[in-house]
Amino acid sequence: MQLAREELEQAYRQMKTIRDFEDHLHKEIAKGTIGGFTHLYGGQEAIAVGVCENLRDTDYITSTHRGHGHCIAKGCDVKGMMKELYGRADGLCKGKGGSMHVADMDVGMLGANGIVGGGPPLATGAALAAKLDAEGGVALSFGGDGSCNQGPVFESMNIAAILNLPSIYVYENNRYSEHTGSSYVIASESIASRVEGFGIHTVKANGFDFFEVHEVMKELVALAREGKGPCAVEFETTRFYGHFEGDPQNYRGPDEVKNDRENNDCIKIFRSKVTEAGLLSDEDLDKIDNEVGELIEQSAEEAAAAPVPSPEEVTTDVYVSY
Amino acid sequence: MAKMSYREALTETLHQEMANDENVIVMGEDVVGGTGSPGGPEAIGGVFGVTGGLYGKFGAGRVIDMPISEAGIAGTAAGAALAGKRPVAEIMFADFIGLCMDQLMNQAAKFRYMFGGKATCPMVLRTSYGAGMQAASQHSQSPHPMVTAIPGLKVAMPSTAADAKGLLTTAIRDDDPTIFFEHKALYGLQGEVPEGDYLVPFGKARMVSEGTDCTLVATGRMVSFCEDAANSLAADGISCDILDPRTTSPLDEDAILDSVEKTGRLIVVDETPPRCSFAADVAALAASEVFSSLKAPIKTVTGPHSPVPFAKELENAFLPSPLKIKTVIEQTVKYS
Ligand SMILES: Cc1ncc(C[n+]2csc(CCOP(=O)(O)OP(=O)(O)O)c2C)c(N)n1
Ligand SMILES: [Mg+2]
Repeated sequence: MQLAREELEQAYRQMKTIRDFEDHLHKEIAKGTIGGFTHLYGGQEAIAVGVCENLRDTDYITSTHRGHGHCIAKGCDVKGMMKELYGRADGLCKGKGGSMHVADMDVGMLGANGIVGGGPPLATGAALAAKLDAEGGVALSFGGDGSCNQGPVFESMNIAAILNLPSIYVYENNRYSEHTGSSYVIASESIASRVEGFGIHTVKANGFDFFEVHEVMKELVALAREGKGPCAVEFETTRFYGHFEGDPQNYRGPDEVKNDRENNDCIKIFRSKVTEAGLLSDEDLDKIDNEVGELIEQSAEEAAAAPVPSPEEVTTDVYVSY
Repeated sequence: MAKMSYREALTETLHQEMANDENVIVMGEDVVGGTGSPGGPEAIGGVFGVTGGLYGKFGAGRVIDMPISEAGIAGTAAGAALAGKRPVAEIMFADFIGLCMDQLMNQAAKFRYMFGGKATCPMVLRTSYGAGMQAASQHSQSPHPMVTAIPGLKVAMPSTAADAKGLLTTAIRDDDPTIFFEHKALYGLQGEVPEGDYLVPFGKARMVSEGTDCTLVATGRMVSFCEDAANSLAADGISCDILDPRTTSPLDEDAILDSVEKTGRLIVVDETPPRCSFAADVAALAASEVFSSLKAPIKTVTGPHSPVPFAKELENAFLPSPLKIKTVIEQTVKYS
């Protein structure tokens, strides 16, 4: 835990922001105020934050259908995101994208993605651009366990390996793709063991522990920055909510989520580690909790009150010029 | 007849056809649901609930959960079909056909032709399509024009529960590859469905309602939009032929042309962008074949040349609506 006090506070604030953002959406979606398909990231926060705290604004990430956490961790404006999810005209994507397509080029966030496996090829291309720019930039894709079975994901990892690109493939194994258990659809011993077959340096790590994620990523990002080629990581994790909002989750074990919330909650684990080590106090953390709570509340209020897009906007931004 | 939903009609058909012919197999993502999970197989039974109960009845050998590998699913279905099976593959959202395209356009569609008539590829690729649920740009598309344009593929688009059963039965028994589009906003639609064996032939349009002033041609969910629009004009003394082609390939050209010759006016309604669309295709057909019968310019009511947006207001602006259709009918009938 060789992190400065500000770094610890920042990490905690980011994880907590994601958690509260998702908890707010969970309640709001049940009320019917937010339309479309929304997949919540609650439970996986340590990964998004542990990864992105090692990245710069000029590095790129691609995300998934479960993308809110990655967006917040990479620095997307929380208020702009909330407005986007509410389908507002001044949302981060002008209300055109919604939950599955949040993006912000200014912070290197190349988009959540409605296509499972859509991101890794794009991260590979961004890594190619970063390599050509030769400024030490890297590109990283987030993906679920289910995404590792897509052909384009295979192809792009091989391309990255033969071109020695500064790309990093992050797999968040939360045990399921929709309702199907990951062990059934992944024949190899693990995702990591399969990815190694591409000639890519790959590690497996505990995604419940921010510090482990951070440590592992520090190493991998450094390798990619130094031009040592692509690398990958498989994190073990869990999702606290259903696949989508409204999922009855009857495919999960009877106490699975309860047990995860009790014993594998990355935020609880972070809190107890930093307080036991005397790095941050409960008061420090509670103060952040309050600030984050206020931010989410304000974001929601502003989003609810924000203007909706006007119908003519349907045909704007299809092209740059036409 | 039995009253059931579009979804239930599809499920019943899959049960009947799997029982009828052991070569019929079902595959796709979560079509069993819960495989490899603590809850066990069938904990879910398909994302849209269409494949429910199949696994329990026909077993893991014939009802197969697949990884998220759309190209692999389409190819596995095509290969199994070449080798004598009748696979019914599910692609959860029609947008993901993007990932299947090589197996569909370069493989399945062309075997029969390239191999000199010596091969058959009796596969069905079922998929959900259409906008209206704020599912945004990658989960709302209607790519039927794209596959309709490919010689060798047949394309079915049921708009009622009865057609869901009749067309799916035909698709499964047909020896050519069929892309089967299920509108995701229609799964709950109730209707009377014939019991037992029920086949609706491909290439035979359904006359939804008859009138004298204008012909409306529409597919899927747009059929009921046309009915609403036409009903709202009944009081003004305007009546329309509403034709649902049921399959865009083969297309019942005669039914469309006969109707246009009768009414002298044509409006084609579809929820895709306008360029190279099904609407443009039907309009061109009528313009070239029955030009002298036309009393007014042919009109199309489609989405704009844009992706499907997320925000409700924008999605409504994208989609045809009964009101938009009504306005175009009025203009067309007034024209002459
Ligand atoms: C190409 C494609 N196929 C299928 C889907 C439907 N789908 C959305 S999420 C999902 C499961 C993804 O599982 P995983 O990659 O493990 O991510 P998780 O949901 O667990 O975060 C599926 C099948 C999709 N969006 N895109
Ligand atoms: Mg998963």
